[in-house]
Amino acid sequence: MTVKSKHVRIKGIKDGLVFLLDDKCPFEDLLSELRYKLEHSHQNILTGPIVHVDVKLGSRPVTEEDKEAVLEILKGQGNLLIRSIDAVVESAQADQDVLFIMSGIIRSGQVVHHVGNLLYLGDVNPGGTVTCTGDIYVLGALRGVAHAGVDGNQEAIIAASLLTPTQLRIADCISRPPDEWGARESSMEFAYLSSGAMQIDKIHNIVKVRQGLNVFKGV
Amino acid sequence: MGEAIVVTSGKGGVGKTTTTANIGTALALQGKKVCLVDTDIGLRNLDVVMGLENRIIYDLVDVAEGRCRLNQALVKDKRFDELYMLPAAQTKDKTSVTPEQVKDIILELKKEYEYVLIDCPAGIEHGFRNAIAGADKAIVVTTPEHAAVRDADRIIGLLEQSSVESPKLVVNRIRPGLVKSGDMLDIEDILQVLNIDLIGIVPDDELVIKAANNGEPTVMNPDSSAAIAYRNIARRILGDAVPLMQLDRKMGAFKKFKKFFGMG
Repeated sequence: MTVKSKHVRIKGIKDGLVFLLDDKCPFEDLLSELRYKLEHSHQNILTGPIVHVDVKLGSRPVTEEDKEAVLEILKGQGNLLIRSIDAVVESAQADQDVLFIMSGIIRSGQVVHHVGNLLYLGDVNPGGTVTCTGDIYVLGALRGVAHAGVDGNQEAIIAASLLTPTQLRIADCISRPPDEWGARESSMEFAYLSSGAMQIDKIHNIVKVRQGLNVFKGV
Repeated sequence: MGEAIVVTSGKGGVGKTTTTANIGTALALQGKKVCLVDTDIGLRNLDVVMGLENRIIYDLVDVAEGRCRLNQALVKDKRFDELYMLPAAQTKDKTSVTPEQVKDIILELKKEYEYVLIDCPAGIEHGFRNAIAGADKAIVVTTPEHAAVRDADRIIGLLEQSSVESPKLVVNRIRPGLVKSGDMLDIEDILQVLNIDLIGIVPDDELVIKAANNGEPTVMNPDSSAAIAYRNIARRILGDAVPLMQLDRKMGAFKKFKKFFGMG
């Protein structure tokens, strides 16, 4: 068997070895390559005194069984003492917490969809639509339709510098602002769901619905 | 090589054909070689507004299908030697020519004429794609109504996806009285939504209707406030910096005229 791809990289650190395992390739390939490397190469490092080993699985989603399988192979070499085995648990959740920035004008008939949270620098015109699985922040005038939390996330919010939408939707709740909100002064505002009903508030009151924000309290 | 400008709007009835006829005539008035092209196949109007209906022999579809040479289909204007019109067919429909065919014809015309003005049909379908196929620039016509502005916005979005350069806006049929009383959208509101450069505003003027029915573009009549507006647009196309017309002032014909020359 010849192994061409480099799914397994072994690095030396001050007090041991780090096994960097690729997180994109199929898990089976990874195991066979690891097995091959331990059996056929690095003879001089892998025999001899006891070496501490850290295993890094990258951002691969792994089960306990998968970890066991990796450990099993490493245990085959008597001198390797496994100190840690870890995977970075950033996953999809972390990706979505990031604010994706986009700019331009969403004109009538145009639709922008984003998976995650969106910061839109520009206007959404009447007839234009912006949909998002997370929050929508518009740094500009929101005059069209905005739908936050399209997959059913009731925690999602919609904020805009000028919040004069044709229609707002959060998760399954639909609101027609002009009829239902009455006259307001148009300052930077945001919309959120409170027990199933759409509410509008000034942007600084966002702390009421978003715990865990960094709040400026003055110096 | 001349410049091809498409006049479009999305919504019907906002004054595309009137704008094409008047800007074209105003450019000819400035001594430019101009050709007007009607792409509204099946519903042609430009010939009627220009008063050239009875001179048509061949049309755009005949040229596209090779039944005649391009020069044979061109109709010379009765007022200007350097103003021509390529009429649309009235008996066919929009699908009888392809965007590529129109593009070739426009390219041919650009060799001969300094300005080629393309009158676009209403809508965003085949006819619209035909009209913008050969255009370098675009003029979007709207009126101060929500429906027209919405459609103009849609059109601008489509133009931005095409190869046509940044479109310019004409706000047509403004009634200063209604704007002042707050019953009509004002220019600022429209510009805030559409976010493109304004190239002219045209006041609502009964003389435009009268002129169109006589087959005589309004531009020829110096008593018409719309005529002044169209002449200003033509001058802006030629690169002159002409200030926007003041609409809130009631001006007599003489004062208007004086003002026009004062600015020029």
